[in-house]
Amino acid sequence: MALAAIAVGLYWGLIVAPPDAYQGDVQRIMYLHIPTIVAAYLSFFLVFVGSCLYLWKKEKRDDILAYAAAEIGVLFTALVIVEGSIWGRPTWGVWWTWDARLTTTAILLLIFVGYLMLRSLIEDESRAASAAAVLGIIGALDIPLIHMSVYWWRTLHQPPSIFRPDKAPWENVAWPLLIPLTINIAAFLILLFYLLSLRYRLGEMREEIKARRLDRGG
Amino acid sequence: MALLRQTYLLLCKDLLLELRRRDSLLTMFFFGTLLLFVFHFSFDPAPDKVAEIAPALLWLAFLFTGTLGLAQLFQSERENHCLDALLLSPLDRGALFLAKTCFNLILMLIVEIVVMPLLWILFNLQTWNLLPQLFLVTLLGTIGFCVLGTIMSALTLRARARELLLPLVLFPLMIPVILATIRCMENVLRTGEFGDATPWLRLLLGFDVIFLTVGVLIFDWVIES
Repeated sequence: MALAAIAVGLYWGLIVAPPDAYQGDVQRIMYLHIPTIVAAYLSFFLVFVGSCLYLWKKEKRDDILAYAAAEIGVLFTALVIVEGSIWGRPTWGVWWTWDARLTTTAILLLIFVGYLMLRSLIEDESRAASAAAVLGIIGALDIPLIHMSVYWWRTLHQPPSIFRPDKAPWENVAWPLLIPLTINIAAFLILLFYLLSLRYRLGEMREEIKARRLDRGG
Repeated sequence: MALLRQTYLLLCKDLLLELRRRDSLLTMFFFGTLLLFVFHFSFDPAPDKVAEIAPALLWLAFLFTGTLGLAQLFQSERENHCLDALLLSPLDRGALFLAKTCFNLILMLIVEIVVMPLLWILFNLQTWNLLPQLFLVTLLGTIGFCVLGTIMSALTLRARARELLLPLVLFPLMIPVILATIRCMENVLRTGEFGDATPWLRLLLGFDVIFLTVGVLIFDWVIES
């Protein structure tokens, strides 16, 4: 179903919708770009929720959820940055710029790559889970501060940059473009939950294997 | 208050140990000085450019020196199961956090008091009168560093490749502090007063307060892992 939704959304977005007035066909990447970042933000929110719940109740499933959401979140964030680069090259003329939003997204990626590394480098499973949960919470709390400080850095002493913001508010998006965008967002969210459920199931199976090994081992 | 009294006791213990051996303090100090030398060779700044890059160089030096100090932070607890003993005692975990943070803060401040004038001397800066304001900014930034750093140091206590992992998880989270301190210092060096940079100061203060509180509350779970 996820694949079907994405197929419909992509077809509509890439072929049926009219080209954007200012940017032409390059603008079509927005149909991938915005849904991807929406999915990524949702993933990291799930990491935060999972981490809080795990520290509070110590139930395995919250930890599996946090780990799954972090992996998928990192995937989507990396995709977003690549997609943005692809869009940026023809539009802005550069592969990368230290604009506020890009910088914050890159930092977000770094924080959660650190999260994944922390998990893999701690030997004991339950210790790894608690440590990662704390890091997840602190990371989530720090994100608004990072966003604020990077935004100030980039706008405090510089006039509004020559680069347009890469996301238009809802009112500015014309109706024919809005429909495929919404379909794509919905499609990516479905994809997110599909991947999440797969990864979660994988985590559950790992736990089960461990438990059975312990039983058999005595 | 019990929390403060416990913090004081733990802090005195750490300071006493450090006074006797002085290993953390001396290594941090020499490393900071060494970094200043390396930066001078790497950047070789023209006299008029120096004031622009001095805050950044200073803070890079403090970041790396501080990371060195953080790696050592729980060293005395790792030997002889001291950490288990501490956890078994009826100490508030928040007190352990505060004590370690203050200990690292004191070490870093001692290093900074010496290294900052040293930078002024080595790079031939003339703005000696601005040092008090710059030191205030450094103090706020260092508090933020020590708070987050102590949490991360405790989190990575039992990880493999600990010396590599600690900067990896710490530095992205430190970015607001780095941005705020360097921008503030640049502004002070350029205009002689805080002026436009006051929002950055407020950010620093907010950062310190938020993560100090979070640290005290969350350290129970941190130190378990």
